[in-house]
Amino acid sequence: MKDSNFIIELSHISKSFGDKQVLDDVSLYVKKGEFVTILGPSGCGKTTLLRILAGFGTADEGEIKIGGADITEVPPHERPVNTVFQRYALFPHLNVYDNIAFGLKLKKVKQDEIDVRVRKALKMVGMTDYEWRDVNSLSGGQQQRVAIARAIINRPQVLLLDEPLAALDLKMRKDMQMELKDMHRTLGITFVYVTHDQEEALTLSDTIVVMSEGRVQQIGTPTDIYNEPVNSFVADFIGESNILNGVMVRDKVVKFMGREVDCVDKGFGENMPVDVVIRPEDVYIMPPTDSGMFEGVVQSCIFKGVHYEMTVLTPDGYEIMIQDYNAFEVGQSVSMIIKPSDIHVMKKERVCNCFEGKMIDSTHVEMLGASFVCSEQPNVEGGETVEVEVDFDKVELMDNKEDGITVGDVRFILYKGDHYHLTVRTEDGENIYVDTHDVWDDRDIVGVRIMPEDIKIKRING
Amino acid sequence: MKKFFAQTYLWLLLAMLYAPILIIAIFSFTEAKVLGNWTGFSTKLYTSLFTGGVHHSLLGAIENTLIIALVAATISTLLGSVAAIGIFNLRNRQKMIMNTLNNLPMLNPDIITGISLFLLFVSFGITQGYTTVILAHVTFCTPYVVLCVMPRLQQMNPNIYEAALDLGATPFQALRKVLIPEIKSGMISGFILAFTLSIDDFAVTIFTIGTEGLETLSTYIYADARKGGLTPELRPLSTIIFMTVLLLLIVINIRSERANKTKKA
Repeated sequence: MKDSNFIIELSHISKSFGDKQVLDDVSLYVKKGEFVTILGPSGCGKTTLLRILAGFGTADEGEIKIGGADITEVPPHERPVNTVFQRYALFPHLNVYDNIAFGLKLKKVKQDEIDVRVRKALKMVGMTDYEWRDVNSLSGGQQQRVAIARAIINRPQVLLLDEPLAALDLKMRKDMQMELKDMHRTLGITFVYVTHDQEEALTLSDTIVVMSEGRVQQIGTPTDIYNEPVNSFVADFIGESNILNGVMVRDKVVKFMGREVDCVDKGFGENMPVDVVIRPEDVYIMPPTDSGMFEGVVQSCIFKGVHYEMTVLTPDGYEIMIQDYNAFEVGQSVSMIIKPSDIHVMKKERVCNCFEGKMIDSTHVEMLGASFVCSEQPNVEGGETVEVEVDFDKVELMDNKEDGITVGDVRFILYKGDHYHLTVRTEDGENIYVDTHDVWDDRDIVGVRIMPEDIKIKRING
Repeated sequence: MKKFFAQTYLWLLLAMLYAPILIIAIFSFTEAKVLGNWTGFSTKLYTSLFTGGVHHSLLGAIENTLIIALVAATISTLLGSVAAIGIFNLRNRQKMIMNTLNNLPMLNPDIITGISLFLLFVSFGITQGYTTVILAHVTFCTPYVVLCVMPRLQQMNPNIYEAALDLGATPFQALRKVLIPEIKSGMISGFILAFTLSIDDFAVTIFTIGTEGLETLSTYIYADARKGGLTPELRPLSTIIFMTVLLLLIVINIRSERANKTKKA
């Protein structure tokens, strides 16, 4: 594993700010010359990870190696990395030349060489003849170019980029993406790029690291990540997708939306509940025909430039998103076909809520930081630790947090075609997963209630 | 009509504020010993102020005042800037506490500051003189410097210090080459403010100057007035000091105005 091929080796990095764990056992190995993107929603810990790599923050646990040397305790100015910041962070009191020459002057490089290298760096970022300009008079895009030149002139082993294009407008962002990719190819430096923009990640990277809630969800090439997401979070975050509940009937046969369908996945076992992912562009839509796999009625149709985006409602109540070059009118009946190879099956991370609880007495159990009423448990003693199971659809969420037995906030919403699958984080930091038909918003504060008969209690030792 | 009253009110107010200094300035251009007697225009008081026609101790007092102000302003600028950087980097709660602690001495009446410093020096057995006056002035000037430097730090892009470290600067080099140039204008404003505060101070100085015969301008004038009548040369001196302070204040204001403009641009 710890081959000398790796230029960056991050092993088991953990970090907390107060009570909040931002990085939880993150490991990442980067090959020399690779373009790696750390992708995730805001607050997933990606910037913290980059700062630890640059040396602006320290990890509570774990080890960092660059080029084989342990740099866990090395201060930022002695690390062989350079950073491009989101808000450029140019020195406002220096002109373009002095900004770019800053690193070389500190290293006491000879003046003639500095001149040559500054000019070369400026040419690289397409800013020739800007040497004597005041940095405050430059546009956002120009400032970021200077910031990139200022970093690459030092010939670092690794270039760290912290959402460098986030502050630029769309057109400029697209242009700069291409330039960055060219620059990466020419320089041969390893790039570690942080972004929350999945399209940017797919465009630029050799390898994408998807992060959520301080953990690495998946590491892979853009194609892998897009075509073979490992879980519903990745599938939902990267591109558009239909994620549906299904059952793997046997190898190469999966049942979803009320039909058994051929697929190419195997090895899940028989009658296993699974998540089925179908990309909207992989659904073939056509006027009603006998050879269709699914039938439905078009609910909406929006022109998106290259294609039309349609939602189709099946008789069983599933909503499917479809992208196609042809438009179908709202209200029209249609047939749909999905190729076996376009049906992606993922193992479910969980099939029901499972908590550790403590019996208070025979009709009360303590879990999720609150006391829940449960049905009479004749064989269990007060004070005993038990295993508690609750089905996803048996958890009730209420608008008024006072109405619930405990309180939580909605962290992640997944649309499953006919219902929403929510992740709710309770006050004591545990997650409870809920299936509901009601619409909730991200970060909604909700009351959580479970009926006594829906709380299934198992003794841990038989 | 309404406008007329508003204007009159404003001018009356200004006249009241500036009348005393105006009277001194006007009567600095006549030779009469007693303030209020006009014996014709003359610049004799100005010439005698600068050609040693005056009491030797007045020039000594001016010199002391300037030295004390320079030294005290320099020390408090250094201390205040370092303190501002330190406070700026604290976490929210601690930052709030430190800011409040910094603001308190400025609200404290000078006389209290003077007495408490006097007691402190006495109880530590420090001989009162130059050192104690400078220490005292540093004490009440430093919070003002912190107040001048803090906004510059808040306006600064927080990443630029890290960017300097990232490019290979040691923490000290980053401070010198990046942080200080960023807060320089705040430091200069703080220095000028500290300087004028020090020149101006009487209450704290009188308690810490000791009995060894050291005089600053304010204590000299006070003693002189009590001996019976002001030395006439104090009139041109007051005028000059007023003009200097006015000039410094205009400089500070223009500087901050310009800083605001570049920020917006």
